[in-house]
Amino acid sequence: MFSLKEYISVKSLEEAYGLLNQNKNNVILGGLLWLKMGNKNYNKGIDLSQLGLDTITETESEVEIGCMATLRQIETSQIINNYFDGILGKSVKNIVGVQFRNCATVGGSVYSRFGFSDILTALLALDSYVELYKGGIIPLEQFVAMPIKKDILIKIIIKKDGCRASYKSHRIASTDFPVLAVCVSRCSASWKVAIGARPNKATLAINAAKLLSQNPTKDDIGAACVEALNEVKFGTNLRGSAEYRSQLAKVLVRRGVEDICK
Amino acid sequence: MQIKCYINGRLFNEDIEPDMLLIDFLRNLGFTSVKRGCDTANCGLCTVVVNEKAVLSCSVLAASINEKHITTLEGLEDEAKIIGELIANEGADQCGFCSPGFLMNVITMKKELENPTDEEIKHYLSGNLCRCTGYMGQLRAIKKYLELGKDGE
Ligand SMILES: Cc1cc2nc3c(=O)[nH]c(=O)nc-3n(C[C@H](O)[C@H](O)[C@H](O)COP(=O)(O)OP(=O)(O)OC[C@H]3O[C@@H](n4cnc5c(N)ncnc54)[C@H](O)[C@@H]3O)c2cc1C
Ligand code: FES
Ligand code: FES
Repeated sequence: MFSLKEYISVKSLEEAYGLLNQNKNNVILGGLLWLKMGNKNYNKGIDLSQLGLDTITETESEVEIGCMATLRQIETSQIINNYFDGILGKSVKNIVGVQFRNCATVGGSVYSRFGFSDILTALLALDSYVELYKGGIIPLEQFVAMPIKKDILIKIIIKKDGCRASYKSHRIASTDFPVLAVCVSRCSASWKVAIGARPNKATLAINAAKLLSQNPTKDDIGAACVEALNEVKFGTNLRGSAEYRSQLAKVLVRRGVEDICK
Repeated sequence: MQIKCYINGRLFNEDIEPDMLLIDFLRNLGFTSVKRGCDTANCGLCTVVVNEKAVLSCSVLAASINEKHITTLEGLEDEAKIIGELIANEGADQCGFCSPGFLMNVITMKKELENPTDEEIKHYLSGNLCRCTGYMGQLRAIKKYLELGKDGE
């Protein structure tokens, strides 16, 4: 069981960042669902919930999701469901239950860069960015590859770009962690194929995506699926073997591309 | 640290530890309908409502509910009695251990979803695990509960 010596509801991001770096055991509190499963002894817990960072908004070119927005907000947001074929909502809807998703935050989910993350896989296939308090705005792909450093994830920014997208996951039971998660998108003429829960964290199959034209033929799709298996590494854990995951990937990538071409 | 909150409409001013979980806070105050089933955020038994939203009290800090309104099953006794009877009539309970969290979520669902389909009901309640039943009796009971109040019943 984790422990916390002090709980502070901050009045500004500046105060939060100052506290975060004051002591190595000070920690940002998201929805707490993951944090409380550990057994670390924390010094100060920094609560961002008074900063109005739980909104989902859109501008002409972007959708912005504040770090304290919950997974349930993502699932039910009209704005989110209007874009990208509703894949962001679809990607979180199997995570445990409504009460859980009313607590878990997008900030905690993306900052942690979990291998099994559904939402990270979905966001990676879109033109997504994270805004960090210290690190500024950087592409999500770069953020995923970075080591975990102390910073505050303020919001997620997604360019609208008229993207079409499809999200698929395979689960042993409907509310379990995914055995594999795949998200495919087509923004203008270019495709992205993200594969997560490999069980390592989500990654892009860049060469596979290059094999897909605006309207790919059956052969193009087959070739892209084979390429995805060549360039992406799969591993084994309790939920499935590397071989099983690679077979799943082949099917889910094909179905994703076909969904978009429909 | 000091917090102030409303539980089932009653004001409480309490001194708590910063890492106290909401479930322990509520149980210490005598709201023992709130139960721990798994402690890993999986079973839904500890469900309470905070400012109109169903949450897992095993995973929420008591410190974070300062100035908020909490509802437990103790505050919804009339509603709970009605659903309890429907559940019993459908033979949908065995040990009954899952009931408190289950009822809290059913009541929240009724407020949130209008005329939900079977699939929507199942999806909404998928975070409430029952070890004894196959959920079908509960589904029948819930559908009857959702019908109440319609046609002046
Ligand atoms: C039982 C269980 C089942 C789950 N199943 C799934 C699943 O099937 N699919 C899936 O994708 N996910 C799953 N998850 C993960 C879950 O969806 C959340 O991603 C996870 O709980 C973290 O979100 P949180 O808001 O609870 O963060 P917390 O637990 O509060 O924080 C997690 C980490 O992020 C840091 N943090 C939080 N917010 C910020 C911020 N704004 N800036 C910087 N750092 C921050 C915290 O300091 C901490 O290190 C599961 C989790 C649990 C506990
Ligand atoms: S005790 Fe909270 S979800 Fe099981
Ligand atoms: S009736 Fe026994 S756990 Fe549900």
